[in-house]
Parts: sequence; structure tokens; C-alpha cells
Amino acid sequence: MKKQVTLLREFTKGLWEINPTFKQILGMCPTLAVTVSAINGIAMALATTFVLVFSSLFISLVRKWIPNQVRIASYIVIIATFVTIVDLVMKAQFVELSKALGPFIPLIVVNCIILGRAEAFASKNNALRSVLDALGNGAGFLISLFVLGSIRELIGSRSILGYQVLPNGFEPWIIMILPAGAFLTLGLMMGFANMFIERKKNLERESLIAQYKRAGREEITEEVLKEAGV
Amino acid sequence: MELLIIFISAALVNNFVLSYFLGICPFIGVSNKTSSAISMGMATTFVMVLTAIVSWLLFNLVLVPYRLEFLQIPSFILVIAALVQFVEMVIKKVSQPLYRALGIFLPLITTNCAILGLALLASMRSYDFMQSVIFGFGAGAGFTLALVIMAGIREELDLADVPKPFKGAPITLIVAGILALAFMGFAGMI
Repeated sequence: MKKQVTLLREFTKGLWEINPTFKQILGMCPTLAVTVSAINGIAMALATTFVLVFSSLFISLVRKWIPNQVRIASYIVIIATFVTIVDLVMKAQFVELSKALGPFIPLIVVNCIILGRAEAFASKNNALRSVLDALGNGAGFLISLFVLGSIRELIGSRSILGYQVLPNGFEPWIIMILPAGAFLTLGLMMGFANMFIERKKNLERESLIAQYKRAGREEITEEVLKEAGV
Repeated sequence: MELLIIFISAALVNNFVLSYFLGICPFIGVSNKTSSAISMGMATTFVMVLTAIVSWLLFNLVLVPYRLEFLQIPSFILVIAALVQFVEMVIKKVSQPLYRALGIFLPLITTNCAILGLALLASMRSYDFMQSVIFGFGAGAGFTLALVIMAGIREELDLADVPKPFKGAPITLIVAGILALAFMGFAGMI
């Protein structure tokens, strides 16, 4: 039973706790570049997740045979193989999307999320855990790209996923679909996310202090609080 | 004349960092101090020009004649990794001061998406040899420019009273947004 819980954790930690965009600040280039609309963001995140899952699986399977000195080069070759598959499939099946995403599909090779997970997780854990970790990180990436893409599309062209949401009377802010809008939106989103996290942390801390006081525990030092994880 | 347009376009109008979003990681990571920004920019420009030359040769003399275009991504990334390693070794041998200035930044460049992006864009637009080299140089110059401006702003920003949740990456992104707005002013040049 306990094992199952920990396996689930491998997946869920990627959603927010170590969210690639907001917490690890990795994979910034595609995040900023393709989120002109929500659909582009989703396509990019799915392509990245595919590469992430399969390269994590393969790297964790062969991790015992790769000499330490050439591991990065080997990881890159494995990743590049899957990126080529995605690139060719997209070119053949989704011509429009492939054009919209431009060089950013081949650039998944150098997306730091994938190499980061390979180095930090897949090279040290078994295949099942690595795949779950990759899926979690991919899902976290998908969430951030979808939210960012939706906000930019909503304000920049009045719609979400191509359906018009705001009335015609709303004058679209062109800046939101220009490069500058990407930087501004992501910067503000990150700032507010940090603010939210900090507020939650403070609340938890205060409630714990109150709890200790009720229990009649006098000495509430920094160490005690740190031990409780707040 | 056409070469000049390619240079200006890569350096200013379609700046790699501020309008193509290539090389954001070093842009956020290394833009703390002006001195390291200049070193990073120089190292990147150097590798970019070399990459433009080598990737053009590889693509047009090896991959196209043998109909191996589908190997573009793995071959480019391997060539870039080997090139960076080679450059690092040569610099270490030839000039110690230069190695000390650029040394720590060189390994970082391998995973800089601006380098691979440059090689891919140049082959996508089917530039000829001279155009590729100028494109590489312009992109490097634009990257350096953006990095140095950003480092200058961030040095001032350290003294400013930024709200705590916005410190670090968020404020850097917002400043980059304003900088991107300013760079839009170059759009009329070509």
C-alpha cells in the first residue's frame, strides 16, 4: 500500500511541487515562444511530453550500461531520436501546427526539462518511476503552457481554443500576442504564484503555532517549526 | 546589401532573445553582472559563427547529397557538442587568459537553444554559405547586445525595492518584456 502512494507521488509532484515552468524555471524558450494561442501551447506540451516519457524510459533502461563520462552525449542521442520521430510525424499529419510551431519542435532536443529529468531522475531510478516522473513533469508543463496560452489568446485575440469568448466590443490587446506580451504575462504569473505560495506558507505556520499553544507547548523555536516543514 | 540586411535583421529586428525566444536560459541565468554577460556573449558569438560554418558544410555537402536530411537534428546537435568541446580544448591550449574569461561558459553553450536554432533556421531558409556566416554573426551580436543591456538593468535593479515575490525570475521576465517592446522600434528598419 505504501509503495503505491509513493508511486503516485512521483507523478503528482511534477504537477505543482516541482512544476517545470514555475518552480524549476526550465524550458523557458518554448514556453514563451509558442503560447500565442492555447492550442499551440497544448500541442507543444504534448510533443514535449512524448519525448520526455520515451527518453526517460529508455535512459532508465540503459542507465547501467552507459559509462559516466559519455552519459550526457548518450542522453542527447536518445532524446534526438525521439524528437526526430515527433518532428516527422507532425510534418506528415499536422501540417498547420507544424508550421505554427516552426523550429521549436526540433528544438525540443535542447529543452532543459528533458535533459534535466534524465540527469536528475531517470539516470538514478527504475523504468516505472522514471515514466511516472516524466508524465508528471509533462503534465505540469502542459498546465503551465495551457494557462499561459489561454490568457494570451483571451486578451490578445478574444478567444480560447479558437472559440470567441469576449464580445466584439472588447478591443484585443495586440501586445499580448507579440513577444513582449509573453515576457510580461509569464513574469506577472510567476510573481503572483510566488505571492500565493508565500501567503499559504504563512497561514500554515500560524495555524501550527496556534496548535502548539493550545497543546500547552511553550517553547516554539525556529527549529521546531522547521521540523514540521513550515 | 543583402548581407547587411541579414545582419541587421538577425541582430536587431528579429533579435534571437527578444523576438525568437532562443537562449532564454542563459539570458535569465547569466545576466547578473555586465562582465560575465560580455564574456558569455563573446563565447556564444564565437560558437555561433563556427556552428553556422560547420552546420552549413554538413548539411549541404553530406546530408543533402546522400538524402539524409532526416538525420538533421541528431547530427547538428552532435556536431555542436563536439565543436564546443573542441573550441574549449583549443582555447585552453592557446590562450590561458581567454580560457579563464570564457571557460566556464563554454559547456553551457552546448544546451543553448540559440545555437541549434541558428543552425536549423539557416538550413530552413536555405541560406548560402556567406549568408549563413553573416546570419550567425548577427545572431551572436544580437544575443550579446540583449544580454549586456539586461545585465546593466539588473545591476541597477538590485538596488531597487522590488516586492519580495517578484524578486529573481519574475522581475527579470517583466523587464525583458519592456526591453522587447523597445526592440520593436527597430521593426521599421528593414
